Parts: sequence; C-alpha cells; structure tokens
Amino acid sequence: MSSPVQQFKEQAEVLTHDLRHREIIQTALRKYEVVRDKSRGAFRDYRSARQAAAETKWEAVNHLDKYLAQFAGKLEARGTKVHWATTGEQARDIIMGIIRGKKARSIVKSKAMTSEEIHLNHALEHEGFEVVESDLGEFIVQLRKETPYHIVFPAMHLTRGDIKELFNRELNSNSTDNPEELTMVARRVLRQKYIHADVGFTGANFGIAETGMISITENEGNARLTAALPKTMITLMGIEKVLPRLEDLALFLPLLATSGTGQALTGYNTMYGGPRQPGECDGPEEYHVVLLDNRRTELLADPEQRDALHCIRCGACLNVCPIFRNVGGHTYGTTYSGPIGSVITPHLRGLQDWKHLSFSSSLCGACSETCPVKIDLAHHLLQNRRNASQEKPSFFWKTGFKLFSFIFNRPGLYKFIAPLGRIGQKLHPFVKGTKLDPAYAWTKTREAPKIAEQTFKEYWKGRS
Amino acid sequence: MTEREKIFARIREALTVPAPLPGQHDAGHHAPASGTPSAQAREWLPPVGDSFEDQLARFRANAADLKATFYFCNSRDELAKLLCELRDVEGWKKIASHTGELTDAACKMLGLPVSHTDQKFDANELEASDAGITECDALVAQTGSVLVTNRSAGGRALSVLPPHHVVLARREQLLRDLPAAFELLKKKYAANYPSMISFITGPSRTGDIERILVLGAHGPKKLTIFCGP
Repeated sequence: MSSPVQQFKEQAEVLTHDLRHREIIQTALRKYEVVRDKSRGAFRDYRSARQAAAETKWEAVNHLDKYLAQFAGKLEARGTKVHWATTGEQARDIIMGIIRGKKARSIVKSKAMTSEEIHLNHALEHEGFEVVESDLGEFIVQLRKETPYHIVFPAMHLTRGDIKELFNRELNSNSTDNPEELTMVARRVLRQKYIHADVGFTGANFGIAETGMISITENEGNARLTAALPKTMITLMGIEKVLPRLEDLALFLPLLATSGTGQALTGYNTMYGGPRQPGECDGPEEYHVVLLDNRRTELLADPEQRDALHCIRCGACLNVCPIFRNVGGHTYGTTYSGPIGSVITPHLRGLQDWKHLSFSSSLCGACSETCPVKIDLAHHLLQNRRNASQEKPSFFWKTGFKLFSFIFNRPGLYKFIAPLGRIGQKLHPFVKGTKLDPAYAWTKTREAPKIAEQTFKEYWKGRS
Repeated sequence: MTEREKIFARIREALTVPAPLPGQHDAGHHAPASGTPSAQAREWLPPVGDSFEDQLARFRANAADLKATFYFCNSRDELAKLLCELRDVEGWKKIASHTGELTDAACKMLGLPVSHTDQKFDANELEASDAGITECDALVAQTGSVLVTNRSAGGRALSVLPPHHVVLARREQLLRDLPAAFELLKKKYAANYPSMISFITGPSRTGDIERILVLGAHGPKKLTIFCGP
C-alpha cells in the first residue's frame, strides 16, 4: 500500500487535470456561495456574531472538564446511559456491545462524521449487521462503497446521471435522472428501514451542558425519524462538541446553517434530552450517548492549536479552499478533509505521516476568513509545517540551508557562484521537461523564471 | 481508573496551560466579557420588527421562501373553512393527530378517521395517513420555523412520518426570534424538559443531488401552517 503522501500526490495529479470533476465541484460551490452570502448579509452584525461564537466555544473548550461533567450528569439524571471511549476501538466495542445486548439485526444511521472516524459501518457489517445510512448523500456514497466526499455534502462529486445509474444498478429502480424522482426512490427504500430498524444511530452537532441535550442539525428529517422509531437510540459524539447553555443555540444554529449550506436556518434543528420520558407517547426506550476522545485531548494539550477543537464541522473552509476545490475530498485520504482536516489530522493520526496536507496549502487565508468560529486555520497550517520540520528536519532542508549559509558567509565564493545560474540556464533547454531536469517539479507545469543577465554586484560596479 | 476518569484526567492535565483568547488574529480585539458571550444574540441576528404586523409579515415571507404554506385566520370559522378545503383538494382519507384543544376541534370538523399518537399506535398506519395534524409551542418570525416538542405535538414521529404536516397555532404563539424561542422553552419547561425539542423550518428537503432543491427527502413533502385567533 502506498503511503498517505504518495497517495495524495497521485490522486491530486489525476484530479487537478480532470475538467469534468472540476466543473461538478465548481458548479455546486457557486450555488453555495450565492446563498451563503445572502444569509450572511441578512445578519444585523455578522462580525460580532462570529466573535461571540468564537468566545463561546473558547469558554466551552477551555472549561471542558466542567461542561462535560455537567452534560453527562444531566443526561444520566434523565435515564440516558453515558459511555466514555478513549479510542475508536473502544467506541466500536461499546456500540457493538449495546447492539448485541439488544439482539438487534438492523441499524439505521443518520449522518455522523464521528462514525466515519472510527470506521463503524465497516465493523458492523463485518459482524453481519445490516447498516443503512439514511442521509441521501450518505446513502448514495454507501451504495458506491465510498467514504463521504465532503463533510456536509457527501455526494457532491456525482452528477444526477451517476446517481441514476447507481440506483438502477443497486436498487433495481427504473428512474430517470430527475433529482426529484431519484430522491423519491431513496425515500421509498428508506422509509421501510426506519420502521423496521432495531437501533437508530446518530451523531451530534452540539451537546448542551446546561440541560443535558444533544442537538442535531439536518434538512431531510432522516435524523428525526432515526430518533423516533427504533426502540434503541445511540449517539456518538466527540467530547469537544459541548456548548455551555441552551440559548447559545440561538447563535450557533443560524451560524452553522449559514456557513454549512448557506441557509438561514437548516430544516430540522432538534434537541434530544433522553429516552422516552414518563407520559411521552413515543421515542426510544433506551438512549445511549457514547463520548469519544480519539486523541482530541492531545489537541487540547496544544494551547497554540487548541482552538481547532472549536470547529463546528460546517465545511465552510473546504468550500473556499483552492486546494480542496482542485484536488477534491477523497484525495486527502482522511475523515475530515479541507483546511480543518489538514490542521487536525496530524494531531489525530500522526504528524510525520500527515504533514504533507499542511504543505499543500496556498496560504491564501480564505479558510481563516470564512470560519464562523474564527479558527485561524491558515496559521495552524504553518505551525504544523514548523512542528514537522523541527521534529524531523529533512536532509535536503538541512543541507540546503547549511550550503546557503556557507556560501553567503563567503563573499568571494558568492561572487564566483552567483553568475553560474545564468550559465546553467543556457543549458536548461536540453533537459527541460524531462526527468533529468533538476527543476522538474516546477517546470513540468510552469516556465522557469529567467535569471538576470548580470548579478547585482556586476550592475553596481558597472554603473557610471 | 475508569475510562471516564482517564479522559477527565487528560482534559485537566491539558488545560493547565492556558490558550490564547479567541479571535486574536483580528487586530483590536479584547478579552471576552465574563458571563455569556452569546446572550446578546438578538443584536446580531437578522432584524425583526417590533409590531405584531411586522412579525407576521416576516413569518409569511419566510414561509413562502421555504415553500411552506401559511394561512393567518381571523376567526375559527375561517380556519375551519380553509382546513376543509385542504382536505377536499388533497383528497385526505385518513389523518393522524394527538389530543389537544386545537387538534380535537380540527379532527372533529374534518370528520375523517383519525389515529391518535397519544395512544399506542402503529408506525405503518401513521406512515399511511394522509396528514399529521399537530399543535406547536411557537412560530418563529425571524426564521419561519415551527417550534414543536414531543409534548406539544403528539410525540416524535407525528410531525415527520406522515407526508403532510399540518400545524395549528394560536396568534399569541408567534414569537419574534430565536432568542425569544429559547426564553420560552426555559420558562415553560425548565423544571422538566421534553425529551425532544425541534425547530421545523420548512418541509423536509435535500440538495444532495447536484445541490438541486427537492422537497420531501424523508420527512413531510408539505408543511401547512395555520395561525388562528
């Protein structure tokens, strides 16, 4: 198997030349940009809202012990079973244990990036359970045996024609490529799944410490159904998702919608505070919340980048990122792609294996500028580069700078070496565009800049 | 040590070193005020007028944008007439609802077989109902949302499983904005919150295929809101 960096380079090479892929992504994101700007513009004071969201998240993350304890305590007081998992494996075991204990066969899931993080579907299917993703985009990528392309728009890389073929092949449907017709095919299949599923599984967008609730944001109603019909409900949530107060949602729900999909408010924003309570007429008999660390505490221990835990997974930074828009979501090979993925993946999976993501950045800063909770992503990419080089300086880096300082400390030597460049460039056409070219990485797609006819020293001496 | 204790130990250890305050990369920022940074949300969110008429107009405009149908009725008779028209146009054969002052009156008037979710109900039967008629906790002018809880709206499934969700609200339930909705929730339920609280903003929708809007992805294809006297 190739290393993450090789895989990234190979796929990026393919996709940056793929004009069809580029057209699909650009079209989808242009639509997003239009509505996002409209929703942002509707705010009375978007800048202050953003600053307040950053401060609220800062407060929550920097007092995580307090708010997490409060969150879990409140949930438990109303009959929810709260589980704690340090690793993805532990979380999988806990979830598997609950499902086995219920003698369940079928599980209906609403969208949860945390479950991608711990490779839950694979583990459940391996054990012979039936797992169905109910979010339309997730359902589509599940049928294709792919991972989500984007954390908010999982199937944004596919056209209606691709989806028509997929449904006709996998579901024996006889649909045209009309998006409405295709959506109805999925609706018919999934409705029966909700009614017959033994377990409903969800993620969480926020956890409310004050009242002990999770909050789920969605458009389709699939999470609503997942949390209504099956007898057992399980939520997997990263420990960093807590917000202090219920009314914080008055700010975070519109911000998430605006940044995530460009809507003023997403279709369903629902808070769940436990299993069916006495006097309530439906809902799950049992409710389990699994809280996942999975190296989030390591990120917490880095004060410089702790604010990466403020992320509300809206995907706004992916949408504006020139790298994401050209190499595409799958190329990253990570659960979380785009700028936020490039920042946090080295913390979650190892710096040296994933540092290349921080180097594939144009440093344009669009991500920092768009983030609704003001995470300085572009700066964190630089910090990852610095940390990677300090931890394990590359041979070329070290020798390159040694050579540089050796030459630049010796004016005589410099004077001798500086004109060599323009002589070398005269020979360049012989190797240009071939693998023998020492500047191949640059010249295969670009013209090399022309070196001046005289050095500065020569010019200075020659001026009358 | 349990896993819980281990996680808390790591968190406390990590937090011994303070992190810089947020938004520092923007010049001219000062430390967060103590207390609740998001408490002033009303000052930043989209503006809504003070008068009832302003708020009604805002709700109406939002509902239209969201492709929900909204009727404001000045009398119970008007509401009854509109509701019966809807029944006839859509050809409802059976409906689902829950016990409540507004819903009971509506069901009686419609004269159709009703499955009640307050009693033991079958999900298949609910799915096959032509409409789910519920009350709500509030209407939110700012966003065009209907605020329901499983206590006010007949449980968790009734407002999402039938293909058409019909909401019956009272005039005084129209609220200005999201902060007002959360205030209401606290005032009404703080002693014992319902296990489900939901802001429903338009009918179920998706844009997962080429970002093209399709209504009725999983939940109701139609949302009709009646605001009566």
